[in-house]
Amino acid sequence: MSSVPRFWRNIGIRYNLEGTRCKECGEYFYPPRNVCVNCRRMGELEPYKFKGTGEIVSYTLIHTPAEGFEGQAPYALAIIKLDEGPRLTSQVIGDIDKIQIGTRVKSVFRKLGEDGERGMIYYGTKFVPVDA
Amino acid sequence: MTIGIVSYGAYVPRYRIKIEEIARLWGDDAEALKNGLMVYEKSVPDIDEDAATIAVEAARNAMARSGVDPSRIGAVYTGSESHPYAVKPTSTIVAQAIGATPEMTAADFEFACKAGTAAVQACMGLVGSGMIDLGLAIGADVSQGAPGDALEYTAAAGGVACLIGRNESELAAIIEDTYSFTTDTPDFWRREGMPYPEHGGRFTGEPGYFKHVTNGAKGLLEKLGTKPSDYDYAVFHQPNGKFPRKAAKMLGFTKDQIAPGLVVPKIGNTYSGSCLMGIAATLDQAKPGDRIFATAFGSGAGSDAFSITVTDRIEEIRNRAPTVSELIKDPVYIDYARYARHKGKIRLA
Amino acid sequence: MPGIKARSDWPENGVNIMRDVAIIGVKNTKFGELWERSLRDIVVEAGIGAIQDSGVSGKDIDALYIGNMSGGRFIEQEHIGALIADYSGLSRNLHVPATRVEAACASGGLALRQAIMSVASGYSDIVVAAGAEKMTDVGSEEASSALAAAADREWEGMAGATFPGLYAMIAKLHMHRYGTTSEQLAEVAVKNHKNGCLNPIAQYKHAITVDDVLNSIMVADPLHIFDCSPITDGASALVLAPAEIAHKYTDTPIYIKATAQASDTIALHDRRDITTLDATVMAAKRAYSMAKLAPKDIDLVEVHDCFTIAEICAIEDLGFAEKGKGGIVTENGETAIGGRIPVNTSGGLKACGHPVGATGIKQAVEIVTQLRGDAGKRQVEGAEYGMTHNVGGSGATAVIHIFSRER
Repeated sequence: MSSVPRFWRNIGIRYNLEGTRCKECGEYFYPPRNVCVNCRRMGELEPYKFKGTGEIVSYTLIHTPAEGFEGQAPYALAIIKLDEGPRLTSQVIGDIDKIQIGTRVKSVFRKLGEDGERGMIYYGTKFVPVDA
Repeated sequence: MTIGIVSYGAYVPRYRIKIEEIARLWGDDAEALKNGLMVYEKSVPDIDEDAATIAVEAARNAMARSGVDPSRIGAVYTGSESHPYAVKPTSTIVAQAIGATPEMTAADFEFACKAGTAAVQACMGLVGSGMIDLGLAIGADVSQGAPGDALEYTAAAGGVACLIGRNESELAAIIEDTYSFTTDTPDFWRREGMPYPEHGGRFTGEPGYFKHVTNGAKGLLEKLGTKPSDYDYAVFHQPNGKFPRKAAKMLGFTKDQIAPGLVVPKIGNTYSGSCLMGIAATLDQAKPGDRIFATAFGSGAGSDAFSITVTDRIEEIRNRAPTVSELIKDPVYIDYARYARHKGKIRLA
Repeated sequence: MPGIKARSDWPENGVNIMRDVAIIGVKNTKFGELWERSLRDIVVEAGIGAIQDSGVSGKDIDALYIGNMSGGRFIEQEHIGALIADYSGLSRNLHVPATRVEAACASGGLALRQAIMSVASGYSDIVVAAGAEKMTDVGSEEASSALAAAADREWEGMAGATFPGLYAMIAKLHMHRYGTTSEQLAEVAVKNHKNGCLNPIAQYKHAITVDDVLNSIMVADPLHIFDCSPITDGASALVLAPAEIAHKYTDTPIYIKATAQASDTIALHDRRDITTLDATVMAAKRAYSMAKLAPKDIDLVEVHDCFTIAEICAIEDLGFAEKGKGGIVTENGETAIGGRIPVNTSGGLKACGHPVGATGIKQAVEIVTQLRGDAGKRQVEGAEYGMTHNVGGSGATAVIHIFSRER
């Protein structure tokens, strides 16, 4: 699934929704980008921690699971727009029958997967629908 | 030096399985079990939850409730008997997830169901001695009961985090004192690599639970010179609904005193989170000035007793995070097949 | 198109191109589960076939470009350029330069583009552009996992995204916003299977109905298994020459009027609007500009129907249907052979098959065959201009070519 250093490098980003914001153009980025997409080298990126609230842009119910998600199908996958602007892809858990385009969601801390019985366990952020 | 609880936070997974559903599988008498255990259903972790994720959610609730800067935390100790790793601490995962790293110490605790309160005591020591400013103690479990074994009816999932400090203006509850009673008693254990625990059946009752709870409680009452009637509430470790009621009666506490903290009938035994869950549920509705007497029990065996007085600050912070009632109010019931999948009782390829 | 600025000094506007390029030879292998044949077997068959079709000699070949997405994951082999040159007999004595090109599912189209630029610039005269993928030497889970590397592994893959899952999210929003229906998606598969029946090399040569699609198992809601292109082995090759000498080799050279490429964010969630592949729109704009043509001038097009929704978005983004009307246009039969704009006469990725690295080249082989008048039962009568549209991942790369019968 993933290598140890590759996962470790992103722990803060996955656990705590740590991203960046460009001071020049004001756009927020999650995950943090190396270069602002608008300003490129002229941009100035500073750290920003997202609130974890947002809404569903689109979603699907995956029946044929991805590698590492065997045994979890069917699961809901969605593109979520965080309130600050950037979008991310995440599993949505809880009442997946009630998910619609526009449903409000909030972040929770969950297991993302593991490298088999003997390998590393990956933790991170997923989302649950909130009642309006 | 005044030490106490700056904040607390709980977390219980949404899924439940009813006693009837487990009994259906094994051909047991559900009514007899419910009457005997005084447990009606138990909480089940989601397929992507474990003791670490539960500890994080409880810790985050405690932090939200307190509003305290996480960099002030000098220690994070997580007690569990279902730590996700045998070697690699749960506490560092929690510490990272609440922003307490890196200037702090951390370690994991194990003492069956009293690992959480043992962590509280350790934080009390570090805070009380001035070594750290704030300490976070957590008890969290996704305990396993062997399929078909009596413990399968009560082994549940949940966790509670307590933020311990000494700054009087920040304390929501003062811990006047603590007392422990510990012996080497093999009433319940799990060997390395084994998926399910062993227990001594009826041996876990008198020589285990009751001996240590009563001695622990009496020891603290004597030390403080207090009586059961001096307290508004009492919480005892709740492996089922029967034991804490009997312990209360043996010691002279009333049914009303233990009522708010008695959550086991609805969620089962959350092991390292059990006594702390009772304390959290009690704090959720206690008034300033109320006194709480709590005694945790861990197999192996030992008890930790605490005498707690609630302060004014409880009203300020209580509703900044979900209460235990709010956390357990919308359960989703599942069948045994799904329960087995969630608990990893089905060995996938 | 709103929000998209084209560079005015882009070479596609004809400023810097040295000379025109023509295709003088083509070949596809059979597409399907080719258990008996290895990657080397199928690439050599396609390459030698195209060279024979062109009439060039091996000694004339100046360069070889090969599109291949994932030799490493499928057959534990990298250095594909060298491997193919060797097994085609072009390395030990002739030492032909060979380059493997990778852009996920657009590897083939991009290999063609590299080959074109090599000839157009004057660096090479005769160039072979090939594409190949051998996907069935691993199990289907491993294959799906290898394909998922075309997405953002860190931020889509690790979150549990699969390719059908990503395109399913495109479909859901497209249906929500424009009223596209599952039946309209199914019509894409039905049409492509109908065309596949007429294509001797297609993986699937049987017709299906809308009900067949809707009753097939759900892979990622709303996409059923029949909305998805299959796992396929296959190889295709083309021989390119400068237009001015093409007649030395063939009576029916087919000319490259435009080659264009565009990128977009690798993750679907970072796109401006997930129901429009801006890379397609931009590459199309550049291609039409270079060819000095408009959508109405195109007689047929091979689009990248990795999933049925992808074809619907493609015909919108290429200008053959208004945004949101792709489903209706398909339902009305406008994209069938004989319709206003025949799409995927080869059977598309769905019915012809999708050996990832080969698809972009196969699309070009189909267009060349059609413009030569050699397409038999699936011939689009009087075709003058044809287009190919090849996409990488969920739209992070788009490569478009326009071909013409006359120079």
